[in-house]
Amino acid sequence: MTPSMRRGLAVLAALALTAGCSGDGQGSGGGGTPGVTDTEILVGTHMPLTGPAAAGYSKIAPATRAYFDYVNANGGVHGRKITYKIMDDTYNPATTQQVVRELVLQDKVFAILNGLGTPTHSGVLDFLKTNRVPDLFVASGSRSWDQPDKYPGTFGFNPDYTVEGKILATHVKAAHADHKACFLGQDDDFGRDSLAGIEQILGPVAAKQSYVTSNPNVGPQMGALKQSGCQVVMLATVPGFTALAIGTAAKIGWRPQFVVSNVGADPATLTRSLGASAPLLEGLVATNYLPLATDDANPWIQLYRKVNSAHNGNAQLDNNVVYGMSVGYLFVQSLQAAGPDLTREKLIAAVEKGGFTGPGLAPLRFSPDDHSGYGGERLTRITGGKAVYFGTAYQTDEGDGPVQAYQAAPVAPPPNGIPAAS
Amino acid sequence: MTGRTWLRHLAFLLPAAVAVLALTYLLPPFRTYQLATVGAYLCVTAGLTVLTGLNGQLSLGHGALMATGAYTLALTQNALAGRGQWTLLVSTAAAVVVTTAVGAVIGCAAARLRGPYLAGLTLAVAVVVPSVTSTFESVFNSDQGLSVALDPPPLALGATFPYERWQAWLSWAGALLTLFLLANLVRGRFGRNLRAVRDDEAAARLAGISVARTQVSAFVVSAACAGLGGALFAVLAQSVSPGAFPLTLSLFLLMAVVIGGLGSLTGAVCGAVLLVALPAATHSLTDAVHVSPAVAQRLEGNLPLAVFGVVLIVVMLALPGGLASLGRTLRRERPDP
Repeated sequence: MTPSMRRGLAVLAALALTAGCSGDGQGSGGGGTPGVTDTEILVGTHMPLTGPAAAGYSKIAPATRAYFDYVNANGGVHGRKITYKIMDDTYNPATTQQVVRELVLQDKVFAILNGLGTPTHSGVLDFLKTNRVPDLFVASGSRSWDQPDKYPGTFGFNPDYTVEGKILATHVKAAHADHKACFLGQDDDFGRDSLAGIEQILGPVAAKQSYVTSNPNVGPQMGALKQSGCQVVMLATVPGFTALAIGTAAKIGWRPQFVVSNVGADPATLTRSLGASAPLLEGLVATNYLPLATDDANPWIQLYRKVNSAHNGNAQLDNNVVYGMSVGYLFVQSLQAAGPDLTREKLIAAVEKGGFTGPGLAPLRFSPDDHSGYGGERLTRITGGKAVYFGTAYQTDEGDGPVQAYQAAPVAPPPNGIPAAS
Repeated sequence: MTGRTWLRHLAFLLPAAVAVLALTYLLPPFRTYQLATVGAYLCVTAGLTVLTGLNGQLSLGHGALMATGAYTLALTQNALAGRGQWTLLVSTAAAVVVTTAVGAVIGCAAARLRGPYLAGLTLAVAVVVPSVTSTFESVFNSDQGLSVALDPPPLALGATFPYERWQAWLSWAGALLTLFLLANLVRGRFGRNLRAVRDDEAAARLAGISVARTQVSAFVVSAACAGLGGALFAVLAQSVSPGAFPLTLSLFLLMAVVIGGLGSLTGAVCGAVLLVALPAATHSLTDAVHVSPAVAQRLEGNLPLAVFGVVLIVVMLALPGGLASLGRTLRRERPDP
């Protein structure tokens, strides 16, 4: 036993050592800030490129990278080119733990940008905080990102799901006052935060159901909602499950009015998922806060279309691509504001200083005590297979503040499409 | 068991501990984290190889036993949050105790089943984890899982002590303790009973061994190890979620002990190393080879599986006794001096 076990240990040690040697050599550059050299900034993200939430979302990070490539081709930010490392976490919180550790400990990224998902990203907040890694513009509307005291380096991007729930519910209250409204949500903070916003405006919903992404069958839930006599179904779902819910309802001969969270409502993604049943989407109400991909007259869409054809292999321009590029734009704005002598502290201070304007229809509210993202949304309806905005943009807060119209005129992009140094 | 066996195993344990300690100072942080993961896997593979290799019971449900340990640790740890480092010891003990109890229940059922029926039962246990977490959502928080409240390393170690090194120490303390106890256990009467029952139940019964009791105790011991491994996983990831304990984990564990060498603790070490090294190696391989993003995406999840399969086939063809028998094979072929 003893000699053979000792040999096993020697093998283990040798393996670990060789592994260790191969891991070195790609560390940080000069100046002591991880991931920053005189010519490069290394940023990482975790995204569902495969798995149950990949539909639509897998296009976000490549779009962000395409925008960075566009900026790099035009000289970069303060002379540095941005490298964006995308890791697939399959929307599995356990995998997110693994890949984010790899990004931070092995690749030594400067920051984590736009990590996607409420259940996935919630699990790495503590880890990113202990390692003092800026955690910018999380791709989710959970309220967890807005805790400046607990997580000083974490900032949101999406309007939080409670804000969104309040705005969607305001529409339902006005347009479907005498209809029975019900709710289907993801079984985590996404669904819970959304329902909190909805019930704040509507009072208790007539029926509520939840789903988990690991079980792609919403038959029982949709059946129960149909039984309850729901006429309006409000969805806090990722795109794959929006399509499942709508398709399952149609299969049991039920056509309620669907009112869907922004993160689960990209028409191009839903059309792809539903295939021949895409006409079911007609009349679907959702929200957005960025220019719509189908709005060719919008100067932002024209910019994104240019970047998309030059650097993104001309992928189909949908709202995910618009989202990804808008994230890239905001990150470049933050880097410009942080100045040429880039450190993690300076980046966080620059974001907290706020004052960013860009493609959004609602205000970005960053300040030292507000780390949440966009503060409002505008309603969209699918008409003729295309989402169009209707009504006014709204803004509100995650508390019990009122839902108000937001009137500020949208800003045009800079002529070269790259935010200027401030 | 004689006193000498204890001493001999202790003599192995100390250099091993020193080696791990040295590695945690030599390796960069991410490798240290991987080393810690090897330690956590080792607890489980060691227990599984005793169950499957020495007692002949096949378990496809060890992932679920790990989940039991991990969730117990998370719940206990969160309930005791903020009271100091000692809580980790309490919650780890709780994790082992609860998993042992669950293992006893499954073991009692398992002792009545043979071959494919036993595999079926344990498979069901592995599959049920996600449903349990979403059915009792208020306790387990469904797919999102729970975060684990953990204290930073003790201040006595210094203010800038790397967290990964602390994690590696914790997980290897567990792993070496497990190896030590198991090595002593299987060397003694318990181990002989296990082998006797595996080889011929009728003969074992004639020799006065209670077959059912032996099988249940084997399952219980193995479950306790899995519980400890699961608890260490929760400590390493600082969170637990059902996605961390899928069916494939149980299958990978079994594959790892078979490749390492069934019934051998050295094999369990090899298996644990492979569980961490193979996916990482294939990942850096796909990174190094420039293929189109679509192909890379398809390879991402599947390549480690394929590599595992190929390694399994090659090892079974070349070394039916697993990697642990490599040394024995070499020695036999070497002419005596």
